[in-house]
Amino acid sequence: MINLEVPRKFRPLIAQAQQVAQGVLRPVSRKYDREEHTYPKELDFLAALIQGMSDGGGAGGAGAAAGREAKSNGSESNGAAPDGMRNGGNLASALSIMELCWGDVGLLLSMPGQGLGNSAIGAVADDAQLERFGGRWAAMAITEPEAGSDSAAIRTTAVLDGDEYVLNGEKIYVTAGERADLVVVWATLDRSQGRAAIKSFVVERSNPGMKLIRVEDKLGIRASDTAAFSLEDCRVSKADLLGDPAIAPKGGFAGVMRTFDNTRPLVAALAIGVARAALEHTRDVLAAAGVEVDPDAPAATQSAAAAELLDMQADYEAARLLTLQACWMADNRRPNSLQASMAKAKAGRMGTDVCLRCIALCGSAGYAETELLEKWARDAKILDIFEGTQQIQLLIIARLLLKKTSAELK
Amino acid sequence: MSVADRGMGLGFKALNSLAGLELVDRLGLRKPAERLLYQASRNGARAAGTAGRTFSAAARLGRPARLSTAASSGVFSLLPDDEQRMLRDTFKEFGREQLRPVAQAADAACEAPEALVRQAAELGLTMLGVPEELGGAVTERSTVTAVLVAEALAHGDMGLATAILAPAGVSSALALWGDADQQSAYLPPFVGDDVPAAALAILEPRPLFDPFALQTTARRDGGGFVLSGVKALVPTAARAELFVVAAQLEGQGPALFVVESAVKGVFTEAEPAMGIRAAATARLVLEDVELPGLALLGDADPAVYAECVHRSRLAWCALAVGTAQAVLDHVIPYVNERRAFGEPISHRQAVAFAVSDIAIELEGMRLTTWRAASLADQGKPFAYEAAIARRLCVTKGVDIGSQGVQLLGGHGYVKEYPVERWFRDLRATGVMEGGLLV
Repeated sequence: MINLEVPRKFRPLIAQAQQVAQGVLRPVSRKYDREEHTYPKELDFLAALIQGMSDGGGAGGAGAAAGREAKSNGSESNGAAPDGMRNGGNLASALSIMELCWGDVGLLLSMPGQGLGNSAIGAVADDAQLERFGGRWAAMAITEPEAGSDSAAIRTTAVLDGDEYVLNGEKIYVTAGERADLVVVWATLDRSQGRAAIKSFVVERSNPGMKLIRVEDKLGIRASDTAAFSLEDCRVSKADLLGDPAIAPKGGFAGVMRTFDNTRPLVAALAIGVARAALEHTRDVLAAAGVEVDPDAPAATQSAAAAELLDMQADYEAARLLTLQACWMADNRRPNSLQASMAKAKAGRMGTDVCLRCIALCGSAGYAETELLEKWARDAKILDIFEGTQQIQLLIIARLLLKKTSAELK
Repeated sequence: MSVADRGMGLGFKALNSLAGLELVDRLGLRKPAERLLYQASRNGARAAGTAGRTFSAAARLGRPARLSTAASSGVFSLLPDDEQRMLRDTFKEFGREQLRPVAQAADAACEAPEALVRQAAELGLTMLGVPEELGGAVTERSTVTAVLVAEALAHGDMGLATAILAPAGVSSALALWGDADQQSAYLPPFVGDDVPAAALAILEPRPLFDPFALQTTARRDGGGFVLSGVKALVPTAARAELFVVAAQLEGQGPALFVVESAVKGVFTEAEPAMGIRAAATARLVLEDVELPGLALLGDADPAVYAECVHRSRLAWCALAVGTAQAVLDHVIPYVNERRAFGEPISHRQAVAFAVSDIAIELEGMRLTTWRAASLADQGKPFAYEAAIARRLCVTKGVDIGSQGVQLLGGHGYVKEYPVERWFRDLRATGVMEGGLLV
């Protein structure tokens, strides 16, 4: 049965997330925007709360670590519709992320224990690794100074030496890299073998071979630390390589990339949370100024401001539903690469677009630091960049629709 | 009895026996007399309303039959049920095999082939919104089903889909809001063998038209009403036997009236437009049309009228989604096959990204439309959701129509390919009010 409403069983989770967003995140939102690099200590007890929500079952994680929850919840039979369709961890995570990012995106990205590395570990780790790394905060290090979207071009090397791999290279833009316990580092076993030789390694933050070079000063999401590392003869146990250590000519890298099918809709959810904050604020500001959208009247007979608000709300809703679709497919084990990228592309561009237009509608009050609108616009911009830029998403979508390889459609 | 069983009984089976070419042949063999009549009406001559059948109650109902709302499972899902899938697939096939091949000719002729309209009626479209106890095919509200069917038909051709779906709009309106007398009088033909042409008339000929600020008026006169005004771009108006007309009821507000075409003072004037030409759009002119008290639908309840407007807008959203899907399905093989500078043009990001954008926005149009329809079926408010879907379908649908032509370049601009028609058809979405209803 076609039903696009938020599942009943997730309402408590969403209400809880909204309380956190309103009561904990919003009040310190501006503080950590101003005090970049200061650790938001308010998050420590939140992390415990969220872990509790997640372990409680059914609800799924609140942060980016949902890929793992999706795996376990997807096989549960509780709450399935008569036609077998179920709502699991991916959807739950997206919905709670939307609420929390209505509070603050940067703070959500700093949520202890909810790093992108946790998703990778959850998706591909073996049982011993799950045991070893479970409950610890893991960041993800892919990007290098000379390799961004083209992640197959990374230069960080991993050389087997006895029972250890020795990593050498430089990693940048590692979200939560300073604060996490672990960093999942992408490195190549053999640069001449391209994608197939790229593996991920779990590195302890305390490893003396991994040196923090700097923490970035950024346009937005300033509450979230973005680290750069150098790896200098960084020795990692053989047992900390995630997945198959063999260089498989086919499929290995694709497997790594597939974890994005779970994480991209969640990044889309980040953008949707911010956009909703901006839209609600602008709607209230405009209402106070005497402008309200009449859904029944034609756009052309309403004020330009009302028509623009309606336009933005339509784009927002499209992005939101695309995101829920991608999560629903993941929860029901349906291939969702196309829908995940469509959600990310639409939500990414919508988030920035909506926030910037809302500033213009609110005028000086939108641009000044007295309100959070200008911050939301700065925060939103990253969401059209990380976890695959707008352009990369369009490329993925086009290759899938047109049945083109990356060699044909570059 | 399920929709499937009933559907099979009433003519889904006819699908298999129909060859696409047969219809083209029939169009070619159209009688010269009909052709003349058509030309006359096309040249702007005013024709009296079709002297159709007399609508009278065969058996009186004690109370109006209503469809129940569907209880939600509470689970987010985009999986249509078995019946919906069967209907969608059936009408997608009908669209592909029966509509698409004759679409260009119908567009040029400003008319849907009569045999095709009859064929579509035999498929039971007018029964999908009508309760079983009135001879219809369903027990629950089926806005989602109607949306899926409209989407599927528009994938074949938007103009022909409009022509074919117009009577279903009227039968659904009667099922939703008609009282026992109205249902007894008007519904039986819509579930019989000879379904009349009929249409919902809301739009009026002026800029910035607002369906909640009508200039067509209805004044009370004795126990009845007198209607005056002009309705624009009414699908199949020239051959329609029944209209549901929106008019401002004096002292009350906008309301819906059932108007038989044979009544004195009802005229139609052909009004061909940029697109959806196969729907034979025409103006409906009402000159002091005297109607009985029975004509007022839904007791002039403002909520009924608003719901009618929302449902009509959703119907146009569904058509836009189906048509935009047709654009996407057409441009994908084209850009893969068309070569320039030694390779398929799809190897260029400027081209490939345009295809991605069509797919993204199309999916957003579809999901917002489905959401509003699903809320309607659950008996929940859907005014805001319908407005969102409409906004998206209007802006993105028009873009997609334009991009379709752009991707084919010069080929897109000539009638050899259907994209120029989709460009014209998709512009209807923001303009049309009424005409159809889901």
